[in-house]
Amino acid sequence: MLGQGFVSAAAIAASILFILSLGGLSNQEKAKRAVWYGIVGMAIAVLFTAFGPGIGSYWIMIPMVLIGSVIGWNIAKRVAMTEMPQLVAALHSFVGLAAVFVAWSADLERTRVASALLAGEATDRFSAFAALLVTKTPAELTFLQVEIVFAIFIGAVTFTGSVIAYGKLAGKVDGKSRQLPGGHMLNAAAAVLSLVMAIAYLNGAGFWSLLVLAALAFFIGYHLIMGIGGADMPVVVSMLNSYSGWAAAAIGFTLSNDLLIVTGALVGSSGAILSYIMCKAMNRNFVSVILGGFGGGAKGESAEIEGEQVAIDAGGVAAALNDAESVIIVPGYGMAVAQAQNSVRELTRKLRDAGKNVRFAIHPVAGRLPGHMNVLLAEAKVPYDIVMEMDEINDDFPNTDVVIVIGSNDIVNPAAQEDPNSPIAGMPVLEVWNAKQVFVSKRGQGTGYSGIENPLFFKENTRMFYGDAKSSIDSLVPLID
Amino acid sequence: MKIGAPRETAKGEARVALTPESAVHIQKLGHECLVESGAGAAAGFSDEAYKEAGVTVIDSAEKLWADAEIVIKVREPSQVEVGYLREGQTLIAFFWPAQNESLLEECRAKGATVIAMDMVPRISRAQKMDALSSMANIAGYRAVIEAGNNFGRFFTGQVTAAGKVPPAKVLIIGAGVAGLSAIGTATSLGAMVRAFDVRPEVAEQIESMGAEFLFLDFDENQDGAGSGGYAAPSSPEFREKQLECFREQAPEIDIVITTALIPGRPAPKLWLEDMVKAMKPGSVIVDLAAEKGGNCDLTKPDEKVVSDNGVTIVGYTDFPSRMATQSSLLYSTNIRHMLTDLTPKKDGDVVHDMEDDVIRGATVTHQGEITFPPPPPKVKAIATAKPKEKIKEPTPEEKKAAELAAIRAQTKRQVTLLGVGGLLMLVLGQIAPASFMQHLIVFVLACFVGYQVIWNVSHALHTPLMAVTNAISGIIILGAVLQIGSGNWVVVILAAISVLIATINIVGGFLVTRRMLAMFQKS
Repeated sequence: MLGQGFVSAAAIAASILFILSLGGLSNQEKAKRAVWYGIVGMAIAVLFTAFGPGIGSYWIMIPMVLIGSVIGWNIAKRVAMTEMPQLVAALHSFVGLAAVFVAWSADLERTRVASALLAGEATDRFSAFAALLVTKTPAELTFLQVEIVFAIFIGAVTFTGSVIAYGKLAGKVDGKSRQLPGGHMLNAAAAVLSLVMAIAYLNGAGFWSLLVLAALAFFIGYHLIMGIGGADMPVVVSMLNSYSGWAAAAIGFTLSNDLLIVTGALVGSSGAILSYIMCKAMNRNFVSVILGGFGGGAKGESAEIEGEQVAIDAGGVAAALNDAESVIIVPGYGMAVAQAQNSVRELTRKLRDAGKNVRFAIHPVAGRLPGHMNVLLAEAKVPYDIVMEMDEINDDFPNTDVVIVIGSNDIVNPAAQEDPNSPIAGMPVLEVWNAKQVFVSKRGQGTGYSGIENPLFFKENTRMFYGDAKSSIDSLVPLID
Repeated sequence: MKIGAPRETAKGEARVALTPESAVHIQKLGHECLVESGAGAAAGFSDEAYKEAGVTVIDSAEKLWADAEIVIKVREPSQVEVGYLREGQTLIAFFWPAQNESLLEECRAKGATVIAMDMVPRISRAQKMDALSSMANIAGYRAVIEAGNNFGRFFTGQVTAAGKVPPAKVLIIGAGVAGLSAIGTATSLGAMVRAFDVRPEVAEQIESMGAEFLFLDFDENQDGAGSGGYAAPSSPEFREKQLECFREQAPEIDIVITTALIPGRPAPKLWLEDMVKAMKPGSVIVDLAAEKGGNCDLTKPDEKVVSDNGVTIVGYTDFPSRMATQSSLLYSTNIRHMLTDLTPKKDGDVVHDMEDDVIRGATVTHQGEITFPPPPPKVKAIATAKPKEKIKEPTPEEKKAAELAAIRAQTKRQVTLLGVGGLLMLVLGQIAPASFMQHLIVFVLACFVGYQVIWNVSHALHTPLMAVTNAISGIIILGAVLQIGSGNWVVVILAAISVLIATINIVGGFLVTRRMLAMFQKS
């Protein structure tokens, strides 16, 4: 058994390692080292806590850790990179659920210790947390209850929210914004009821009030995320990421564990900032994203679009590519869906071998997860130094011969700049239409995830290259010389 | 309907309104085509070629005018031709109704309908029938060729074993269709081209054609753009500035091509005698505005003159006719498009729809009435250029002041936030136990650290960041570990499940992050 001094020292070391781990993600090369910091930090934190004073039940804890590791290992090895978004969402739900369980346990321990103290039993056989409870003053115990309420609420919202987000991203739940009749009033009612339950619990109501509270929070999480459309998923995932951090921090307060608080706060603020960055990239207000769906922002009729979508075949696209000096590829969710990243890589390689300047333009919200496209392109071994961010490349479009838009829609929609009545008006977009020629690889004539008509497809220098992204790009590759 | 094209009677006119190619298309509209024998000879289309295309060749003009229900021509009709006109007949030609009022009256008296190709409104839909533009395009091209013909040097600069040749310097005045076409032709021949126009918005078009725009530094918000994309007359002060600019250019310019026209007015004099005098011997001036009096003082319409100091001034007015094949092909296509619009059902039935902006605009007499000038088209020709906003360059002092103000505002905001936050903490500190406050300090500091650290994360690594934070949030396992030793079996079970799923989270999260990062590589 390790003494409390060891555990505290370990907590400091782990905190610092976690901070270094997050800070190390500032560039690709350092990032690999940064992950090791995180792993070592986590190992130190778990080992020293597990073998600290007052911990027992190793007969169940160790098997659980082993089983969990095997499952985690397997999931991580098997998951395809295109399934990253749903994996991250699924893992968030675990954190939420664990937070609820731990908070329930904390309350059970609280009542057990209280009754033991009342009965005047010996307290020296209590385990770590229970032993800590014995020393608490009545005021501290009241605060403990408040903390439990917070932990349960946040944890429960994170849990169901993540499960729904997982379902939407995996295509198991319809991606459209969908709410029960009553909409946000239902959420509000559930929130008010939760408050009532919390007050009841603080005034001595039993364990049932915590169960009801969790049930209400489960509902809020479910209903909130159901109401958010697929296009806003990057924000939702990072928001849930943030919640899982706050849940951990709340548990840290409950258990008076500084390491939990520090780590939870790190994760929480990281998720919050990511959500903020995503919202800014879409020119959306965070609150309006959370309250669900596009459509609230339009102030009038959207402009009518004139013209027609002109189709082109692989031969035409290949001819233009062969003539081009500079090419920019704009990937979107469609590329991820069609698993076309390897075909795109092949196309890129051939074009680069032919001495053409090929680059990728990535919109901050392309895909369903922040940085989704970067990960897919990295998986396909596209060198990251030709993968540009929107701000880096937007000015280069006028000097570009050919732009290929692969399965993205809203992020290249000129209506954001030209039509003040468009629901996405003001959202920063990739100005692909300034290029000499634009080819749009798209499955059909439908609108994008947000359901907004895209005037780009009707522009004179735009040609539509219909078909599944992967087979379209595959058919191009042999035609490039 | 029978559509007939007579031979042009105007002197030197080589163009023809119907080509074998356009005849094929017109026949597809359900019309029959007639042509006067020899009408296309000067433009390179033989009677046989017409016959092959299914056109009936008619020997005399009189018979053709009598047979055809619609007569298509290039130039306005001569007195003889007006005599042939009859009631109900339609004439399509360049008519210049503003200049030919008496002719217009005669046509009206005859009861004929006249569609003036020069009156086709300038709207996008009518571009395919915009014969003025297609002719101007040819004129611009031909002007450069004509200039080259009279210029004794290369256009392009060369360094050869036999010596160095400087590139010709060409100045184009007026960047309408003809001007732009001239710019394109001259640049592709290798000349250094400068261009001027009173409409500042064409600067971009000029630069896109590869010429340098001569920018006139003129304060007054003078905008030379009139309606429909044509130039409007400019103020005397502006004109002075303009001439001054040209005067400066004159000594170094080898070729001047002037294309400045203002609708319904004589051409403005822009290249004065003293400028011609300032030019080097051997230089060439091509005046595309010669028909309207010329932009150059010394221009003689239809003639090529050489000034005392050896500057050649070309004042031909028939540039399109000098390239009769090309201009006939384009003009006949314009005419064909007009006929297509007049035959909406493609069944040989002409519907003269006076509600149609294009047809209405081009029709100058109809059913015994003069319908010129037309009402303004319902569709706005070209979006009116928005007045350019002047962005004032802030002075260093202003910049400094703005920065100071921004910092002050930020300070104010931060101090308010800190004040409110501090107050909240104070209140909380009154009721909360000391141990809670200690944890709160840790919490707040951790939030700050997280905030500072995350902003540095590169955008491309946001997904790995999410995976890492996800793995780290598995720290919740500590909570479960702390409770798992409990004597309460419910707690043990809950804690055990928590340990299990938190472990999945930790291991899965870290491994996936490593997998992702391993993929990032430099080229």
